[in-house]
Amino acid sequence: MTATVAPPTAPVHPVSRAAGRILKARETGILIALIAVIVVATIRNPAFLFSSDGFRDLLLTPSLLLLVAVGQAVVIITRNVDLSVGSILGLTAYLTGRLFIDLQGIPPILVFVAGVALGAFLGLVNGALVAFAKVPALVITLGTLYIYRGINVAWAGGDRINASDLPADFRGLGTGQILGIPILTIIAAIVLVAAAWYLRNLRSGRELYAIGSDPAAAHLYGLRVTSRVLGAFLVSGALSGLAGVLYAARYGTVSSAAGTGWELQAIGAAVIGGVAISGGVGTVWGAAIGAYLLLTINRALPILGIEDFWQRAVVGVLIIGAIVLDRLLALRQSRKLLEAREDDR
Amino acid sequence: MFTHDRKRRLGVSITALAVGAALALTGCSAGGGGDAGSSDGASDANLAITFLPKNLGNPYFDTSNAGGEEAIKEFGGTYAEVGPAEASPTSQVTFIQTAAQQGVGGLVVSANDPEAICDALNEARDAGVKVVTFDSDTNPDCRDLFINQATAEGIAKSQVDLIAEQIGDAGQVAILSASANATNQNAWIELMKTDLADNHPNIELVETVYGDDDDQTSFDKTAALLQTYPDLKGIISPTTVGISAAARYLSTSEYKGKVALTGLGTPNQMREYVKDGTVTAFALWNPADLGYLAAYATKALIEGDITGKEGDTFDAGKLGEYEVGADSVVLLGDPYVFNADNIDDFDF
Repeated sequence: MTATVAPPTAPVHPVSRAAGRILKARETGILIALIAVIVVATIRNPAFLFSSDGFRDLLLTPSLLLLVAVGQAVVIITRNVDLSVGSILGLTAYLTGRLFIDLQGIPPILVFVAGVALGAFLGLVNGALVAFAKVPALVITLGTLYIYRGINVAWAGGDRINASDLPADFRGLGTGQILGIPILTIIAAIVLVAAAWYLRNLRSGRELYAIGSDPAAAHLYGLRVTSRVLGAFLVSGALSGLAGVLYAARYGTVSSAAGTGWELQAIGAAVIGGVAISGGVGTVWGAAIGAYLLLTINRALPILGIEDFWQRAVVGVLIIGAIVLDRLLALRQSRKLLEAREDDR
Repeated sequence: MFTHDRKRRLGVSITALAVGAALALTGCSAGGGGDAGSSDGASDANLAITFLPKNLGNPYFDTSNAGGEEAIKEFGGTYAEVGPAEASPTSQVTFIQTAAQQGVGGLVVSANDPEAICDALNEARDAGVKVVTFDSDTNPDCRDLFINQATAEGIAKSQVDLIAEQIGDAGQVAILSASANATNQNAWIELMKTDLADNHPNIELVETVYGDDDDQTSFDKTAALLQTYPDLKGIISPTTVGISAAARYLSTSEYKGKVALTGLGTPNQMREYVKDGTVTAFALWNPADLGYLAAYATKALIEGDITGKEGDTFDAGKLGEYEVGADSVVLLGDPYVFNADNIDDFDF
């Protein structure tokens, strides 16, 4: 938190300006990487960007992960983590299918409300356990990851939702476009802008950073740590719920394994995008770009002729690279700040 | 377990009622037959046959057992269906024991585990029950016959034939498989490669990708395939998850109708895409025929026409004559091809 707030009075010191620029580079760097991937893949195969399917998939594929990653970033900023997002997504995706099957003719908007509400409720359970029981979020949400998935498996059994179970206009949401922009991408962008604005401009949003920087200090300062953490988990759950409904619309088939492994992708996206896993640092913009980079690389590697088996390794290298970079930047910045203090004396 | 599918729940409870009634009936008739020597039946063979699927409420087994029921009606036996709610290894044991105590003539089982139900099956066989496995086998020494739905060769050949027919026997094709270490998938893929090389020289297999039997991964791999190979003519996906994900992608892409897709799928998953023209035809065995054949095989065993040794032949009603192969296995035949004309006859 301290780093993002420039001292308002004193004339801007050249060193702190440089530090500010480096800080900005956290998101810029990852954005450049994303653009590089797109450019290289497009040179190799113009269809990657310039065919109508290619352009659509470029925007569409990461949109669902973007929603989950934004929620995850909000939680990580408070120095917590939500491992249950994949299970929440799976459960709401299955609920979506069941609602359409069991209540024929239900308006899709009600299904959206139900999905988001279920997600928010499951997130609230996480938040309550973390905030009141004072158990590390890693443990709590690992538990709920299995519990929510277990509920899903018990509910679905060997059954699956098939595309023919879902109304055509609902499935259209998953691939439809407005002015060439996929509807899912528009939804994700709206959520992203809202979350970014909230975290940057509202007092309660800034408090999330304060809590993540130093929970004890935030508590002593009188911030409502419990309710803020609760809120962060609720947002993460609700966004996973929304992503679950949209998952059903996009993929059409929902089995009890839907969303498995998404929690790690979401955390990966946030971390690659410069959200520090130790809390208090990062933006949802970074997480969003991280989500795009992660999935775009996945799509680009086969085009570049890299074998299936290596693709996961590349993602791993990316995550470790992001963390190392993060650490180097932090060290360099603290050294510069120290130097600046020495100079001032 | 929460609200579940109401329709299906209702269906299951009706089935359960019917099964209960049927059980009571078989119990009576078996007891009566045993005591009095004979009722007014034509033969003294005990044609009470019980189907024991992996679990109840599974559309696949609903279809296969309906085929069995049809066969049993044809030859005048008594049909019953029992089964556990969950497909766990030991859950079938009590049902096997109950059936043996009731003195049914034959038991048709799809095994949840090749080992776990062996003892129970052998006890039933000692009590005079003929045991036939279908769909999923036990160890060969625990049953009299296994009705095999398809061989690896049959599966591989049917898919190569389908894709060759759909793309005019020339051009690039790719395979979308499950996971890279799925034994059955890899066996099929090897056989497909051989078949393509030997019999379809103009078809080039450009790549095999792995969707990990995950909808999302399979979906994205399909997208990558289509972009990577602009001249791709067809995709073979020998996994039910893969083919439906690929169909879903194709159905909303610019390649719809231009790139052929076939593989192994279930009608419920594929109905949408067959109707909208994304997919022309795909294969799977017909579970109804599988149950039908199993019922006739059981009848042949009960009546003593066959003993399960290699070379035995028996009549299977509308399906014709079948011969027992090595290891007491009867092969249903080539996979069944589903297309727009017949897909509405199936619900599984």
